[in-house]
Amino acid sequence: MGRAAYIRRRLILMAFVLFGVSIVIFSMVRILPGDPAFLILGDRATDQKAAELREQLGLNRPILEQYWNFVSGFAHGDMGQSLLYRQPVGDLVLTRVPVTLTLSAYAMGLAAVITLTFGILAAINKGRWPDQLIRVGFLFALTTPNFWFGILLILLFGLTLHWFPVAGFGETVPQHLWYLFLPALTLALQLSAVLIRNLRGQIILTMRSDYIRTAHAKGLSERLVLLRHVLRNALLSTVTIFGLQFGFLVGGAIVIETVFALPGTGQLLIQSITARDYPVVQAITVVSAVLVIVVNLAVDLSYSFLDPRVTYE
Amino acid sequence: MSEKAFGVGPAVPVSLPQFTPIARSRRFHVERTLAVGLSLLGIVVLVAIAAPLLTPYDPLEQRFTEAFLPPFSPGHILGTDNFGRDIWSRIAFSTRLDLQIGLLSVSFPFIFGSLVGIATGYLGGKLDTLLMRVVDVLMAFPFLILVIAIMSILGPGLTNLYIAVGVVGWIPYARITRGETLATRHLEYVLAARTIGCSSGRIMLRHILPNVIAPALIYVFTGMVLAILTGATLSFLGLGPQPPTPEWGAMIAEGRQYLLLAWWMTTLPGLALLVVGVALSLIGDGLAERRGG
Repeated sequence: MGRAAYIRRRLILMAFVLFGVSIVIFSMVRILPGDPAFLILGDRATDQKAAELREQLGLNRPILEQYWNFVSGFAHGDMGQSLLYRQPVGDLVLTRVPVTLTLSAYAMGLAAVITLTFGILAAINKGRWPDQLIRVGFLFALTTPNFWFGILLILLFGLTLHWFPVAGFGETVPQHLWYLFLPALTLALQLSAVLIRNLRGQIILTMRSDYIRTAHAKGLSERLVLLRHVLRNALLSTVTIFGLQFGFLVGGAIVIETVFALPGTGQLLIQSITARDYPVVQAITVVSAVLVIVVNLAVDLSYSFLDPRVTYE
Repeated sequence: MSEKAFGVGPAVPVSLPQFTPIARSRRFHVERTLAVGLSLLGIVVLVAIAAPLLTPYDPLEQRFTEAFLPPFSPGHILGTDNFGRDIWSRIAFSTRLDLQIGLLSVSFPFIFGSLVGIATGYLGGKLDTLLMRVVDVLMAFPFLILVIAIMSILGPGLTNLYIAVGVVGWIPYARITRGETLATRHLEYVLAARTIGCSSGRIMLRHILPNVIAPALIYVFTGMVLAILTGATLSFLGLGPQPPTPEWGAMIAEGRQYLLLAWWMTTLPGLALLVVGVALSLIGDGLAERRGG
């Protein structure tokens, strides 16, 4: 199968997944016993209030029509009306998305630096103390609750040393980078913990291959062999995992935004849950799933461009 | 370069004879990982069982005259919180709850996921395609966001937490056992069982299951870390067990507003979470390495 056919198949699969995602989210409120209107309003709501809400959400129409309205609404960017803010959900969510995306991208950048540094360091010192230290250190990073770690960073670097602000997003780009450093670092450390293991293993594996022995035999310097020959090949699988962790990152960002009081989708999601603002919860779930699907597709496709040897089954 | 180029690493299935020094040191390393993990977990389980014996205080008892005592205060080894409740006692009692969250949110997904994985791997066909598509769809959601969205409908609380985590939690087990089953289904003992007329159900449960379950069982430890962290995260966000129930995530959240006044309120419960996480991860790693993974 050629690249074009692969891309076509991948797009069909993506369409199917989007359909599945829409079904899951659509049925979430409806599958449960009980009236969604009362679920949203609380048990003490009057019958009239509930009837109004049912009308507003379109819950009294036939189920297929409801589904059609739901899907076509999202396709047009109309995600309903927020019950709390009395604003279109689309506007509300879309103003928050850039904060979450900036945070995620920043975290990915930091994670790349951390992973490269420590992954290489661990691999070239395999079995010796730097390797052991990195292994233990990032085992801790992997199991540390990120919200707790974020609070510790606030306590140390924000409240005690006053190096970084403890909350907010800032106004200008340099300010964004400064305000977002601690939250991005929190996410990056956890992400790197997954990646370093992989990169270390890949480097060690690559170092055993024949062409590396040839490169050494040609008399190339250790440094050149590592950077030009080993790393290039070892990075392929790490990059893939890097992309696949995007969903994990978005989930983590939700919590970290709450910890650092960042005005992103995470904060909005938690607020909306407390306020039972269900249309907003639904929209954020859809938007995050679509983001993950698109990023995964991009990773899959970029893989074929990164490594010309990749063939498609 | 010889050591680098030919050294023994976990990534290559080498079967070096047991008497080489490298094999012995690796073996030792693996056993040590397991031993440290198991002893840590042992201590944690002991604390959970013996919680009432380890502390004279009721974790819910409020004494306003004793609020905000720092760690190592007389009578309160880890200090007290804003209500004057003993933090050690709250952490100790919460161990029960968090271990329970870990165990219960893993057990159903493990059983269900493994059975589904074996069935689809062995039977193949449409069933298998269906499973893979369901997995594709569920994997499209960021795990935590899906769990939070489900919790927002079901409402906060422990039972709902198990349900929300379970909706996605079975996938890794299904994937693992499915892969193993695909590798097993053409082996001779399976063919032999089929030849003597065993039913598919019997082959799957009696012949395939015992041979494919080990990797899934090892993943249970990773799953428990994930479940405990998710549980703590949800209760940190106010979606888990409701106050005043002592739970590590909720304790961290409660301590946040007193961060400068009483750092121990947030720091110590987090350490408890970390210890449990590290213990379970070490056991999982040790077992995986022991299998040569």
